[in-house]
Amino acid sequence: MAFRTLALAGLLATTSTMALAEDVRIGMITTLSGGGAGLGIDVRDGFMLAMEQAGRDDIEMIIEDDERAPDRAVQQADRMIQSDDVDIMTGIIWSNLAMAVIPSATAQGVFYLSPNAGPSQLAGAACHENYFNVAWQNDNLHEAAGAYANTEGYTNSFILAPNYPAGRDALTGYQRMYEGDVAQEVYTQLGQTDYAAEISQIRNSGADSVYFFLPGGMGIAFVRQYAEAGVDIPLVGPAFSFDQGILGAVGESALGVRNTSQWSHDLDNPANVAFVEAFEAEYDRLPSLYASQGYDTANLILSALDVAHPDDADAFREALRAADFDSTRGDFEFGPNHHPIQDIYVREVVEHGDGLTNVIVGTALEDRGDAYADQCNM
Amino acid sequence: MSAALLIEQLLNGLQFGVMLFLMAAGLTLIFGVMGLINLAHGSLYMIGAFAAAGTAALTGSFWLALAAALMAAALVGAIVEMVVIRRLYDRDHLDQVLATFALILIFSEGTRFLFGSLPLYLDTPDILSGPTTLPGGLDYSKYRLFIIGVGLAIAGGLFWLIGRTRLGIQIRAGEADREMIAALGVDIRKLYTLVFALGAALAGLAGAMIGAIQAVEVGMGEPVLILAFVVIVIGGIGSIKGAFIGALLVGLTDTLGRVLLPQVFGLIMDASSATTVGASLASMAIYILMAGILLFRPSGLFGGQT
Repeated sequence: MAFRTLALAGLLATTSTMALAEDVRIGMITTLSGGGAGLGIDVRDGFMLAMEQAGRDDIEMIIEDDERAPDRAVQQADRMIQSDDVDIMTGIIWSNLAMAVIPSATAQGVFYLSPNAGPSQLAGAACHENYFNVAWQNDNLHEAAGAYANTEGYTNSFILAPNYPAGRDALTGYQRMYEGDVAQEVYTQLGQTDYAAEISQIRNSGADSVYFFLPGGMGIAFVRQYAEAGVDIPLVGPAFSFDQGILGAVGESALGVRNTSQWSHDLDNPANVAFVEAFEAEYDRLPSLYASQGYDTANLILSALDVAHPDDADAFREALRAADFDSTRGDFEFGPNHHPIQDIYVREVVEHGDGLTNVIVGTALEDRGDAYADQCNM
Repeated sequence: MSAALLIEQLLNGLQFGVMLFLMAAGLTLIFGVMGLINLAHGSLYMIGAFAAAGTAALTGSFWLALAAALMAAALVGAIVEMVVIRRLYDRDHLDQVLATFALILIFSEGTRFLFGSLPLYLDTPDILSGPTTLPGGLDYSKYRLFIIGVGLAIAGGLFWLIGRTRLGIQIRAGEADREMIAALGVDIRKLYTLVFALGAALAGLAGAMIGAIQAVEVGMGEPVLILAFVVIVIGGIGSIKGAFIGALLVGLTDTLGRVLLPQVFGLIMDASSATTVGASLASMAIYILMAGILLFRPSGLFGGQT
């Protein structure tokens, strides 16, 4: 089941044995198979698009599929750090895997740039000078959704998320901003595929809105079964529950749903317009927010490599912290705990050609940092 | 909790239970008759789902897709039995586990090679989509009712097949004494292939039916396989009746556990930790059930005395 890809950026025919001493090795552990595959594939494709555009021949990529299994990710990380001698690691999608891999990687002197998972622990007490999150702190999109639920006048939400670090961050984040009551709070299993019991609870809860965080295959299964069950309580979610991959699979039933995101393909800035066009040309599909996160992560790394080699850790870290790259999100800067400070938008699902996509309809939070920065001492 | 919600959850548990029964019936028959531990049973479930998704994409017909799933799984089951499994009957269980685990890897990678690693989706037919109103004013998904109906009908058919037909007599005889029925002139090789294909077809049907409400993806069979093993251990290995009762017990325990445990813990702790503890414990509930049953009946509810 395990496979291993050695890809040389720029696709030049240099073999790894001929690599020069100052070459940079980047290890990417991400989810490329199973119910979470869509997320990892998008992160990888966005990342590799930026690498290809840069056309550098001194970067060696090592890509592994973690199959969303923490033990597998830990093994792969150990091998990358101890025998492949990587300088930078990236790629992890799921926060439970992130918690298993990142603290030990950064403790061994490797730089870790997260293109997705942003567990609260790593933003707060367990922050590290070599750890950067290029996407968001886990709570962010959920906080924005809570703020949005207030403006919609929802006062009784049924809230639902998988029982793992990001799921708990999600419901915490939503309730941080949301001012109404919670009809019921439910945790499901990570990777659960049948939501009949939860949908029955929703139907009987008397809630006026359902807030759910179910990324990847879980979201697809939930939205399809929700439509099937004929429950008509409005759904609200973060972008993860309505990303491009999910919209392709759930069809009409998602039309008109509002969700919150730090990125959308219609964000009007030159970097984003160029990214969306290049991604569609390369992969023949619309990019998702995960793809934009992978692309931004690669461009941040490239911008820092222009300044210093990771072996010069202090200079490389300073260059990362400066975030001197053209983000697809427009303005982009890091807070004191190396997590983004950024605007978070409200998007609506609309028809687009034969399928569906999201367009921005408003801004939920401006220049939002995160709630854990105070606890971080680096 | 209102009565309507309880009834709805019982239906959910029943639907999950009959789906598990379709998986467990094949597994328990194969173990009972041939003494074979077939880890690749989950792959047959996956093959059924992929055959259905592929056929539905080509023809647009759900019913053709179901038929294709049955046939594809039965065919693959029969071929696998003749090519691989037949060589394993005289080996010990460890060899069987090793060989059938290899089959899982081969089928998973083969399917990924053919269909890619992104999930496929199968739509429910128009006639079965959306909810229907049951007597008492309860809304429930038509498709889930359809799964319950099909599962119960197949359970009935299997009891009839095992209990009332010549083939059933041969199967029961095969469970009791393999050498003797071979000596009596029954073509044991053909019987084994037939039983294996029957079990495979049931797994394929389960995969196809579930594929329409979940996603059709590589590796979808293994979580169900684990539950199916729990079912046959609870029910007693080799017993169809045990598999049926075990499947319903597991289905109801899992569904009601997910719903009730967080509420029970809510009585003694604050809401947020109650949901976390309840959800964690709910995922263990069926294993606790299994351990409890094995404590009092070591060979399962309907297993032979050992």
